[in-house]
Order: sequence, then structure tokens, then C-alpha cells
Amino acid sequence: MANVPQDLKYSKTHEWARVQGDIATIGITDHAQAELGDIVYLDLPEPGRMLAHDEQFGEVESVKAVSELYSPVSGEVVEANTAITDNTEVVNADPYGNGWLIKVRLSDPSELAGLLSADDYRKFLEEGGH
Amino acid sequence: MTDTSLKHTPLYDAHIAAGARIVDFAGWAMPVLYTGILEETRAVRTDAGMFDISHMGRLRVAGPGATTLLQTLTSNDVAALAPSRAQYSLLTNPQGGIIDDIIVYRESAQAYLVVVNASNTDKDLNWIYSHTPADVAIENRTDETAMIAVQGPNAPARVGQVVGNRGLLSLDRFQYATGSIAGAEATFCRTGYTGEDGFEIIVPAGAAPGVWQALREAGVAPCGLGARDALRIEAGYPLYGHEIDDTTSPVEAGLMWVVKLDKGDFTGRDAIQAVKEQGPKRRLIGLTLRERIVPRQGYTIYVGPEAVGEITSGVFSPTRNHSIAMGYVATPYARPGTEVEIAIRDKRAAATVVPKKALLES
Repeated sequence: MANVPQDLKYSKTHEWARVQGDIATIGITDHAQAELGDIVYLDLPEPGRMLAHDEQFGEVESVKAVSELYSPVSGEVVEANTAITDNTEVVNADPYGNGWLIKVRLSDPSELAGLLSADDYRKFLEEGGH
Repeated sequence: MTDTSLKHTPLYDAHIAAGARIVDFAGWAMPVLYTGILEETRAVRTDAGMFDISHMGRLRVAGPGATTLLQTLTSNDVAALAPSRAQYSLLTNPQGGIIDDIIVYRESAQAYLVVVNASNTDKDLNWIYSHTPADVAIENRTDETAMIAVQGPNAPARVGQVVGNRGLLSLDRFQYATGSIAGAEATFCRTGYTGEDGFEIIVPAGAAPGVWQALREAGVAPCGLGARDALRIEAGYPLYGHEIDDTTSPVEAGLMWVVKLDKGDFTGRDAIQAVKEQGPKRRLIGLTLRERIVPRQGYTIYVGPEAVGEITSGVFSPTRNHSIAMGYVATPYARPGTEVEIAIRDKRAAATVVPKKALLES
């Protein structure tokens, strides 16, 4: 069973969010990286880009597949993890840590209540994860 | 009621036990990866990896008319093939297109083993049967045998270690020998689809799990079809259904080195000769990118605003740390050094045309 840290929020499109103050750090879950296989390319947004909840913010590409990335929250992109652009395998190895993808300044913190808890996401995966 | 379940090779249980991710390839349940495509690709480039290729068709063609039959149906010169040697070849159609790319092993004056793509086994058999005279017997040996490709700079040494006999190391490329491995009778052919040294080993189906286990214990890494695809693209080798198909001419695919127009008549000879004389309108080329985004089959190749071709295969090359591809471009743009752009979803990626055999150096 994939790793699902208890302290994070999740989306049904397999992104996670870690909220500190008004900044959400966002990435893809362990389940997502395992499904994708070796990640070779990341297409991430520029800082300053405004995102809406569930809007596509980029792409993650593995050897075998391309997958869209959807933002679990609305807000402004304040940072993208450009440090890993040439070392994308970090997303496979450490999806909740060094494999983070973007940081977003929340424009509507009440959205967080609509995300899945760790228990809900785990159940979602057990039921097939679609 | 039709049974639509996938076929299993003799090594299916071994793949499951090793934690392989299984996919449908040509109606067979095959491992696409074990630990990861990039890691498995690196294992073959730096050490030794092995692939279950039992799903490929193994057809025995024997009898007084066997040489004439194969000489007629294939593009390479079978009459010049000595016993215990193999040759890469093409099954061609009357229009000068490619039915399949194959390897022909010559056992003796009148007996051959033809190894064909899993996706084309039935098509190839039907084609061969429809041309077979009374004095030739065709036998489908696929289900009674298994085939394991052991590839990498250390692959020959590992195989020699398991066999307990370093004599195999003296085989030339495309030469083969019979012997035994892990107690099973085997044919060892110094061939491969990765660009590395190694052997493709044929054993009876029941012996395959023991041979696979012995090779694992000797340190050979199980590798799946994902790594196999990355390796063959890096090596510039075509895959049926991507670089070649029934409509492709060997001239445009750069496969004239296995087409012996002077050997005498064979199926499609005149059509191929005509394309060669006129010059092909497009050519299969290699492409190197400067980034990691992956070009995939069907993506369009541009020079400026003009669409000049399309991608047939592409992969992120872990060996080169950037993406590479093969594709067809209109002949004027096929010269190495030509700068192109590949449309990848909503982006354009810059790429340079290189010879297919130079993708690993690019």
C-alpha cells in the first residue's frame, strides 16, 4: 500500500498539499509516482501564475506516460521546484519531501476543508483510486 | 465463448514472484518493468540484464526446398548463410513493403529457425504457409521453447559462468552454438537488440524457470519491455509497428544492408529496386533533443512552419540524460545536423538530426 502521510491533505487526482500559514506546498502522492514509473520530465508554472482550484498547473512525464497536474487549491504560485528539473527521479524517490512541485499562496483557505484527509485518501485508493 | 485472457510465457510465475508490473504485449502478459525502466536500462548498459523474449515466434523451416523458400520470401541472402550462423532479415511483400523483421538461423543445409516478432507470428506463419511447397515442413516451436536475452558488457561472462564453459565467449556476433545451461539443452546465439554484447538463449519451455533463476543468482538483473524499448531506441534499432510496417520500404527505413538485390529474385525485389533508383521521398533518421521532454510516436516534426515528418519512437535516454527519437522526414531534411522542432503537445522542442546509429553518442 502506498505511503499516505497523516498530516497532509489530498485530492482525487493524486496531489497532496502541506499548509503552513497561507502557503501550500504541493506535489504528487506516492501512489501517483509509483503508477507513473520513472519520472523524466516536469513542466511547472512560473511564479506569479494564478491558479484556480482543480486547474491544470503543469505536466509530469514518465518513460511510459504523461500526466496532467491539477492544483488542489486556488492562489498565486510563489515558487516552483526548479532545483529538480534535471533530477526528476527525486519525485519518485521522495514525493512528499524533496520531490515537492510548487508552492502556492492561498487565496481561499476555506477550500482546504473540501480536500481529502489522509484517511479519506487511503480509503479512496483502496476503492480503486479513480 | 471466446477465451480473451492473455498468454503466459514459461517465465510468467517468475516475473510475478519478482514483483514485475505486467502489461499486455501482442496478447501476452509480459513484464514492462521490475524495479524501474531507467534502472534496468542502466543495468544493461553497465553490467548485465536479461529479458524474457519467449513470446517471440520461433518457426522451424526444414526440407529440400527450405533454402529456396526462404531465399524467395526474405530479403537477405540465405544461400550465403553458413550453418551455425544467423542473419537479420526482412520478410517482404510484393509491393516492396515489410511484413516483419526477423532473424534467420541456419541449422544445416536444409533446416532453419526463423525468429519473428510476437505481434506478427500468426501473420508471418500464414504468409509462409501460403508459399510453402510440399517438400518443406513448417513447425511452430514457440510454445515448446523459451527464449532469454542476456545483454550487457558483462553478459557473456555471466552466461559463461553459469554454463561453466568460457568457450561461448569465442562465438562471433551472429554466430551460434548448442550446449547446455543449468542442466537444460540450449542454443546460444550471439545476437541482441540492445546495442550491447550478449546472447539470446533458446531452451525447452520447462527448463526456462531454472535457467532464469541460475542467471539471477549469477547477478543478471531481470529487465522488462520498457527497458528493452529504451535500449533499442538508443541503439537506433527499428520496432515493427513504429519504424517499419507493411507499407514501409527498406530503402526509406535504412535497411538496405539486409536487402541483397543481387542474390536473385525475391518477393518485392523489383519494387524495392524501383524505390532505390528513384530515391525515397522520406528517410528514417535519429533525433537528439537538448531536454527531457519525450517525443512520442505520431508527433509532428517541423522545420520552421513546414511539417516535414513525424516521430516513430522516442524515449528519455538515461545513458545520455536527454531525450532521443527516431522518425521519418522528407528526404531534403534528412541530412545529419539539420535542426528541426518537434511538436510535443502545446510545445515545440528543438532537435538535431543524427544518424540512427549515433544516438548513443549524441
